Amino acid sequence: MEHKLFALILFVIGLWGIFLNRKNVIIILMSIELILLAVNYMFVISGLYLDDISGEIFALNILTVAAGESAIGLAILVVYYRVRGIISIDFINRLKG
Amino acid sequence: MTWFKYLKKMYHLIFFLTLIGCSLGLLFGRFLGPRVVSVITTSFVAIVALLSILSVNLVGMEGAPVYVKLMPWITSELLVVNWALQFDSLTVVMLVVVTVVSTLVHLYSISYMSADPHSIRFMSYLSLFTFFMIVLVTGDNYLQLFVGWEGVGLASYLLINFWYTRYQANKSAMKAMIVNRVGDVGVVLGMLSLFYICRSIDFATVFSSIPLIRLENSSYTLINIGDFYFDAITLISIFFLIGAVGKSAQIGLHTWLPDAMEGPTPVSALIHAATMVTAGVFLIIRSSLIFEYAPEALIVVTFVGALTAFFAATTGVLQNDIKKVIAYSTCSQLGYMIFVCGLSSYNTSLFHLANHAFFKALLFLGAGAIIHSLHDEQDMRRMGALVKLLPFTYTIMLIGSLSLMGFPFLTGFYSKDLILEIAYGKFTLSANFAYWLGTISAFFTSFYSFRLIYMTFLAKPNESLPILNNVHEAPILMVIPFVILAFGSIFIGYITKDMFVGFGTDFWNNAIFILPQNYTAIDAEFLPYYIKLIPVICSLFGATVAFILYRYFTRFAYDLQFDFPNVHRFLNQKWYFDAVYNEFIAQKFMYFGYNISFKTLDRGFVELFGPYGIVQAIGSVATRVSGLQTGLIYHYSFIFIFALTVLLFILFGAVILNTPSSFGTLLLPAESIIDLRLALIFLFTLFV
Repeated sequence: MEHKLFALILFVIGLWGIFLNRKNVIIILMSIELILLAVNYMFVISGLYLDDISGEIFALNILTVAAGESAIGLAILVVYYRVRGIISIDFINRLKG
Repeated sequence: MTWFKYLKKMYHLIFFLTLIGCSLGLLFGRFLGPRVVSVITTSFVAIVALLSILSVNLVGMEGAPVYVKLMPWITSELLVVNWALQFDSLTVVMLVVVTVVSTLVHLYSISYMSADPHSIRFMSYLSLFTFFMIVLVTGDNYLQLFVGWEGVGLASYLLINFWYTRYQANKSAMKAMIVNRVGDVGVVLGMLSLFYICRSIDFATVFSSIPLIRLENSSYTLINIGDFYFDAITLISIFFLIGAVGKSAQIGLHTWLPDAMEGPTPVSALIHAATMVTAGVFLIIRSSLIFEYAPEALIVVTFVGALTAFFAATTGVLQNDIKKVIAYSTCSQLGYMIFVCGLSSYNTSLFHLANHAFFKALLFLGAGAIIHSLHDEQDMRRMGALVKLLPFTYTIMLIGSLSLMGFPFLTGFYSKDLILEIAYGKFTLSANFAYWLGTISAFFTSFYSFRLIYMTFLAKPNESLPILNNVHEAPILMVIPFVILAFGSIFIGYITKDMFVGFGTDFWNNAIFILPQNYTAIDAEFLPYYIKLIPVICSLFGATVAFILYRYFTRFAYDLQFDFPNVHRFLNQKWYFDAVYNEFIAQKFMYFGYNISFKTLDRGFVELFGPYGIVQAIGSVATRVSGLQTGLIYHYSFIFIFALTVLLFILFGAVILNTPSSFGTLLLPAESIIDLRLALIFLFTLFV
């Protein structure tokens, strides 16, 4: 049960990391990694708890996806920095319709 | 009999031809030009007139009513209404009256309106008027009748307002429309009541069920308004009477009729002689079966008609506008028609209607010719001595006036005298009332007729010299209608007397119903001869008095209005009807209309909750919603996650909290999730 709580706390920390972060995009990427790790942790714990191998397998899958995702995210970040010269989130408000 | 199969087409043609003429004129008039449009509309109406005369022969004389169903119109449970043409004796007589007079008015208008740049529009409207009148008389149910009823109201509005730049014409047209609306409400209410008790508004169904309803005499035949219970048939009759009062300009709602004189003179002729004002009388005659079973309503009809005849005749005596004199004369004659309906002699009423159409059209067209030749001068005090200059117009005006006042053996004599005889032969209080008022009206009728003749033609000239120098007789196109109508005014009554009101005539078939105990023709026939002579003597006396008064006692006649200023003012101001209406009704309604319905409702309530308010609300809501779009990722993601969390909680809250009893109701089906999303967005809108 404590493990579940730990995973949940990790997950919420990740979420708040996304919301409350006013600095730069790297922290968002880190938060997403954190969320994914929390989910991974949950999977692994649940796999052990239920004595089911598919939890671990799914965790491995998620790890690969997370690696790919962070690679792409960092790549975008680099390109973005080249274009705008800044990665502060407060200035990335071009999503406005 | 191969031509026989084309007969049906003939009835279609009667119905549609004037509409085609009107549409051609209105749609393509600018390409065709005024001459062509005049020829088209006139010839189309003339064809309809010829076919109508043919249909009188087929339907009336040979006793073969025709029913042509065109198409279904309304089919809604019990209410089944068709577009259908019903040609019975009543219809074909009305058709002939309408179309013949209309043809002559068309012919007359070609010349009369030739100088007007809008003559195309004028001719088209005339045809439209005729078309709606044909719709009215050929309908096989009350709804189709009502279409024509409203249509002639519209056409009269358009025609009275033909010279729409004139302020008076605008006012008169609106007045005609609004005053008629009161009567129209009566017709609608009558129609609804009829549907309530008969479950149908077809003539055939209604007329076959009304006697049964009268026999049944149970609570089913009552209609309650609030806590008051009325006999249904009487109530319906009263409603239809209100309609007739509006359309046929009976006392109370007559005020639009004299004002309708603002339109061009051919319009006045058409409205007054054949089309519009006869609609009310037609409605009563058409509903004769309903009225016959409502004896109380018949008494009301008699009183209304008699009062109108008297009131209008006295008013006409002291009018100075030549057209207004004739207008009040129309009003008076319509009173005769209505009250003889109240005495259950519908065929006499129709007889008078047909006769009246001829001599009144003649009088109006003659007045038009006078006005035309005097350069639009309508005041009789500025006329005079035209007999030397316009002998032909004088002749026709004299014929029309003599016919109107019931000079023996002219057209008007046959119907008017018969009406008064029937009134005397009824021996009831209301009939006596009608008889004496009618007889006194006959005196006044001939008085104002001869006053008109004298002031216009025989008095010393009061025109200015330039006008007198330019006086000219009417051109040939105006003369042809004069001649035809003059012959009609002399002979029609004599020719058609036996057909219309002859004893035991079988012309009417079932078109007119008279309850046997109400049949008074025999009583009227065997009255003492001196009683029969009273109306004629009254008429001749009135004419003589008028002539002598204005010929030998001109000064005295002039002084009379100062000796009795109150009487003069009362009659000259039309019994103060207009003044009272303006003071006590029109102004109140204007006040109400401006302050309540315009300022408070239209500009206030409706605009605030309607277009203006919605625009405002959308603007502010849109500003708030667009405020959501900050463009910052963490805002979007927060909303996204928060909404997702709430949604998941609503969907799986019961599972998470493991309390299905309290949250079971919140497990919503998938359809309502969409609503939830909307609700969420709404919530955010409020908070952000």
